[in-house]
Parts: sequence; C-alpha cells; structure tokens
Amino acid sequence: MGYSSILDWVKFNDPMLNEFYAYKVYNLPYDIGYKLWELIGGALAWLINLIFPGNGFSVTLISSDLLSNFFAIVFMVVVIFAVAFLINLTMIWEERKVLGRMMDRRATRIGPLGYLQNLADGLKTFLKENITPDKADKKGYMWALTLVIGTSVLLACMIPLSHRWFIVDYNTGLLLIFGLFAIAPFMILVAGWAQNNKYSLLGGMRAAAQMISYEVPILLVFASVALMAGSFNINDIVNMQAETMWFIIPQILGFLVFIVAAIAEAERIPFDLPEAEAELVEGWQTEYSGMKWGLIMLGDYFRGYVACALIVILFLGGWYLPFFDVGMQQDWLPEIVFLLKVFLVFFVFIWVRAAHCRVRTDQILNIGWKVLLPLSVINLVIAAVITYGGWL
Amino acid sequence: MADMWITMGPQHPFSHGLWTLKIRADGEIVKEAEPVVGYLHRGWEKECENRTYPLIIPMADRLCYSASMTWAHVYCKVVEEALEVELSDRAKYLRVIADEICRIQSHLMWLAAMGTDLGNLTIFLWALREREFFLDLNVKLCGQRLTTNYPRIGGVRNDMPYLFERDCMRVVDRFEKVMWEIVAMMDGSSIFLSRMRGVGVINRKDAANYGLTGPVMRGSGVDFDIRRDDPYCNYDQLDWEVAVSKDGDAYARYAVRIEEMFQSCEIIRQAMVKLKGLPRTDPVRFKVPRKVPAGTHFARLEDPRGESLMYLISDGTDKPYRLKVRSPIFVNVSASKHFVEGVRIADIPAIMGTLDMCLGETDR
Repeated sequence: MGYSSILDWVKFNDPMLNEFYAYKVYNLPYDIGYKLWELIGGALAWLINLIFPGNGFSVTLISSDLLSNFFAIVFMVVVIFAVAFLINLTMIWEERKVLGRMMDRRATRIGPLGYLQNLADGLKTFLKENITPDKADKKGYMWALTLVIGTSVLLACMIPLSHRWFIVDYNTGLLLIFGLFAIAPFMILVAGWAQNNKYSLLGGMRAAAQMISYEVPILLVFASVALMAGSFNINDIVNMQAETMWFIIPQILGFLVFIVAAIAEAERIPFDLPEAEAELVEGWQTEYSGMKWGLIMLGDYFRGYVACALIVILFLGGWYLPFFDVGMQQDWLPEIVFLLKVFLVFFVFIWVRAAHCRVRTDQILNIGWKVLLPLSVINLVIAAVITYGGWL
Repeated sequence: MADMWITMGPQHPFSHGLWTLKIRADGEIVKEAEPVVGYLHRGWEKECENRTYPLIIPMADRLCYSASMTWAHVYCKVVEEALEVELSDRAKYLRVIADEICRIQSHLMWLAAMGTDLGNLTIFLWALREREFFLDLNVKLCGQRLTTNYPRIGGVRNDMPYLFERDCMRVVDRFEKVMWEIVAMMDGSSIFLSRMRGVGVINRKDAANYGLTGPVMRGSGVDFDIRRDDPYCNYDQLDWEVAVSKDGDAYARYAVRIEEMFQSCEIIRQAMVKLKGLPRTDPVRFKVPRKVPAGTHFARLEDPRGESLMYLISDGTDKPYRLKVRSPIFVNVSASKHFVEGVRIADIPAIMGTLDMCLGETDR
C-alpha cells in the first residue's frame, strides 16, 4: 500500500515509516497531524522557494523525519484536545436538552438546536469580573484550580476513542487514568483550605471524605475487570470483550457499583456534596469567580465524560458492537460507536440527576463503605472464579 | 477541628428571604444555632396607623407574597368584627374559594423551594408549573397574580367572573391528576425519604410549648385547625378532613402539606357547589361605615403557614390606633434552635425548608 502525500511535489515519508514513529499500530490523530503538517509545511516550503528560488534545503528540512514527527505530534495534540472539547460541549448540550425536557421547561435556544448556547454562556463567563479574595492563599488558590482543571482535561484527552484514536497505548493505562482521577479531590481539599472561606473549607472536607469512600470500590472494580481481561491496557480490555462478551454480563454487580461510584467521582447530583448549593452556597467553588468558575464547570463535564467513557470501556464493549464482525467494524467509524455509547451512559447520569435529591454526608459514606465496598469485593470474587474457572 | 461559627444568611441559598441562621458547627455537626430575623423590617404596623381602614387591605397583601389572600382576609375579618358586620353567604364562599386557591399555590411554592433545598430542580419546576394554573385563577378572579387585593371590609371586591367555575374545576381536576405524579417522584425516591425521615423531629408537647401552628404543628400530631375548630366563612358547612401526621419529622410536615393541598381541592369543589345553590343576585359586598367604633378586637384564621392573627385597637376614628400582626412564621422560626441543634449542616435546608419561611410577614 503506497503512501500518497497530499502535496506531490514535496516528498514526505509515510508516517508509519517515519523513524521517530512511536506507535506499533496505525494512529488516526497522528495521521491527521501529519497531514496538517504536510499542508502547512508544504505551503511554508513553497513560500521559501518563492522568496529564495532553487532552495532545496528548506524542502529537505521540512519533510525530514524529525521535523515532521515533531509537528505531527503538536498538531495531533491540538486535534485530540479539540475533539475532546467538542465532545464535552456536546455532553453539556445533551444534559441541558434532556434536563429541559424532563423538567418541562425550555433548555437551550442559541444556534441550531440550541447547540451554541454553551459557547454563548462561555463568552458571558469571560466578561465576568475576575475576583481573587484578598485573604486567600494565592499559591494554593491558583495551583489547586490549575491542577483540578488540568488533570480533568488531561484525563479526557487520554481516553481512547477507538483502537486507532489514542495518545498513548500504555500497558498500565487504566492505573494511570485512576491515578489522575484521584488528584482532583486532593486539590479540591487544598482549594477549600486556601480560599479562607468556611463554606469552601466544609466543601473541601466533604470532597476528601467522599473521595476516600469512593476510590476504594472503584479500584476494586478496576481490579476485577483487569483480572478478567488479563491486562491494564485499555485496548486489550476492549479486545477481550469483543472476543468473549461484554463484561457487564459476568460483572453486573461491578457495573452497578461503578455507575454509582462514577457519579460520585464526577460530583454529579445525588452525590454533589462538595458543591451542595443549598447548604454550602457553592461549596469549594464559592470564591472562584468569572472564568475560573467557568473552567471548573468545564472540568466537571470533562470528568463526567471520563466517567462515562470508563463505563463504556470497562463494561460495554468499548468501540465494538456485539454480533458484528470485529474486522468489519474497524473499517467503519468505531469512534462514532464509542461516542454514541458514551452519550447513552451520560443520559443515565442525567436521568438520575433529574430524579433524585442530594444525599447527606453520613449517608454518602454509608453507601460507600457499607454497600458499594462489599458489593465490589463480591464482584472481584466472582470475576476471579469466572476467570480461573475458565468459563469466560 | 475546632468549632466555628457559620453565618448562613442573610444572602444564602437556603434562607428563602432575608434572615440569618448562625450556627456553631463542629465539623458537620451543628452544636448551637441562633436565628436572626429583622432584616426586612419596614414598619408595617406603624405605617398602618396613618392609613384609613380600606387603604390597609393592599398593604396586608404585601405581608407575604404567596399568602396575600389570607392576610388581606384576616385584616378584613378583624375590622368586620369591630364593625359587627355579618357577610353574605356568597361573599363567604367566595372568600373560601380564594383562600383555598391561595393555600394551594402557597404550598406549591413551598414544594418548589423544598425541591431546590434538597437539590432536585425537577420538583422545583414541576411545582411551579402547577402553581401557574392557580395564579391564572387568581388573575381571573382578582386581576392580579400575587398581590390580589381581593377581600373588602364587608365582603369581596367582585363576584366570580364569567366561566370562572368551569376554569376552576378544570384546574382542580388537572391538579389532582398531576400532583400524584409529583408526589410519586418524591415518595418513590429512597434518597428523598432518607433525607426527610427522622430529621428535625419535634414532639407534640414541644410543638405546643413553642407555639407552633399550621402544618408544622399538625405534622407533630396536634389535631388542630382553625378552619374546623374555630370556624369562619362557613367552613363548618363543608365536609373535609384535617391533615395530621404523628411522626413530627420533616417528612410528616411534608406529608401534611401535600394532604392539605388535596383537601383544599375538595373544599374548592364543595364551595363551588354551595355557591351555585345561592341566588346570583345576592350581594357580595356590604357598605360599611368609615369610622370604626372604639374597642379592641382580634381575628385569626388558618394561613397556609399557620395561625395568622391580627389585633386591632380602634379609637373611633377612620384610622386604627394600633394594629398588631401575629405572624405564624415568626413563631415557628423561633423553634429553629430546637430543630437544628445536633443535626448535620446538610440537614438544615431539609428542616428549615419544611417550615416554609416567608420573611415579609416575619419582619413586617
């Protein structure tokens, strides 16, 4: 299969044959980044040739493996972030639309189907005054915010959309995601402390308590899935489900535990204690104003996306559909299948939010330790028995 | 963690209006609480002393935005007792219908606020959606949604408009159907039940000693309703039941209010039938003298929030010498210390939400 460059007069290497190519398999975002560099770099080479005619050196440099790999990665990062951002906007839009329908009210109105409402709201948030409390600990205040948003965005970008859409094909990918997921509640604690506000402090404390009680069941569910798949690699887990069956069937308990724990991790409404607006004003976000608050909201939805995507990856077969040939599906658009599943799971999240009240602090700990933890242990035992009994 | 004082209010999402609940919290547990009211004091009682009797009716509307009808009613009632005026039956039933519409919409407003207190916006929007239909009835009957200015000294302002009976029955029938949907969503949610059951308990004796009235009192098992036990406006000729619950917790108060809404529907239906039996030519309003003979009088009735009472000292002129308002919420909020101490901070909205705060009448 010959590689056809977009511009035939500047010769680029096949991205897969690039000597710095870091992946073992085909990577779509890298390819898109490569194509973008071919366009931009080609135009650059053409411009340099126009100014300094007969300059073969620039063409050689621009199409060299080192430079094209570097810029391909730069553009790949941009592409992946843009797609994650679009997914995030779509999820916010979905939430507002579905909630509006469930609550019997108008939802979003700007743009086609109200899709641009989020952008309008973002613009409005930009125009708000950016206040930093005078008595706040400036370092903790800003760094906690940066890390909360940063880890959320990083997580969303690290979620693979398909076997060909990923940043790293990391052997302990699941553990890495779990570790990054656990940073934000710590930072919320720091933020709550740094704001020098009693409501924020209580919100931060609640976030810490909630984190401790919900990380453990999540880790146990991760362990049982990894046990069944025999790997922490997300690609392997999904492939295992395509070969055998979706893990929701043997691990229905783990699935239920994970949905509850994921809602708690994403701090959505039955479990949004750290920002319970009825009692704690806005919880740990009280003193974050303007676009800082807007970014926190954006980060919340990134985490919601990650939680939904993890449910899809661990239990719902990732980017494959059952009863269809896997090889055939790989030629279609597995990314679309994956995203549709994510939006479907998120619909359940929205539904729960529309139907339920907020739980209390002691109740959330009770649910975590007395219900979810035993269930996840039972799920781990079931997974071990099924795996080592050879019944999968 | 050391104890800290948290000032919840006057601008806080849980305080529906301007009041403050100061709490001393040990972590999440409330050790000590102190309600502070008075931010909305506007000298209502003093202002009344400079106005003639009919001019106070629209002011009485402004005592509470969602119970304006009953406040205007209790004011008219106290002046009527001073003047010894007996209303016509038609006016009485019209007042009953208007009061019960007011009660339902006020309880729906409470339900909506309760929904946001517990973090459920669906309850908020559904309850407000239903409330709109009753506000539309207000518009048809009085021309205003909230500050209705409908009762008059000696009757009511106007008779029912054309087709009001049909519209009223339609709204009530629809409400009973839809209300079960909303109730099912709350009673079917285990989280809602766990938030409401067993918190903010007050027993019969304490409720009586604090002087609690209305749904808060009936929620703790005191079977007392002024509409039945000290009847006015022909309430005794209608067949309905007083909603009582024995538990005394937040859920009991919630259940009492929900049941009251259905009973109000029943009252409206029966009052409509009675009203139909009366001749259309009956007067709805009697002419009354401008000057009220000297003396002291009081009148009370069952407000959506409890027992509202007005005490009038008249000196024979056309202006009251003194008009004292006994607000049910002012008394109920004084029990918040009892309610809140020992619970968690997260329980405060759930408990104080069931008191149905309205600061206009508290601070006056």
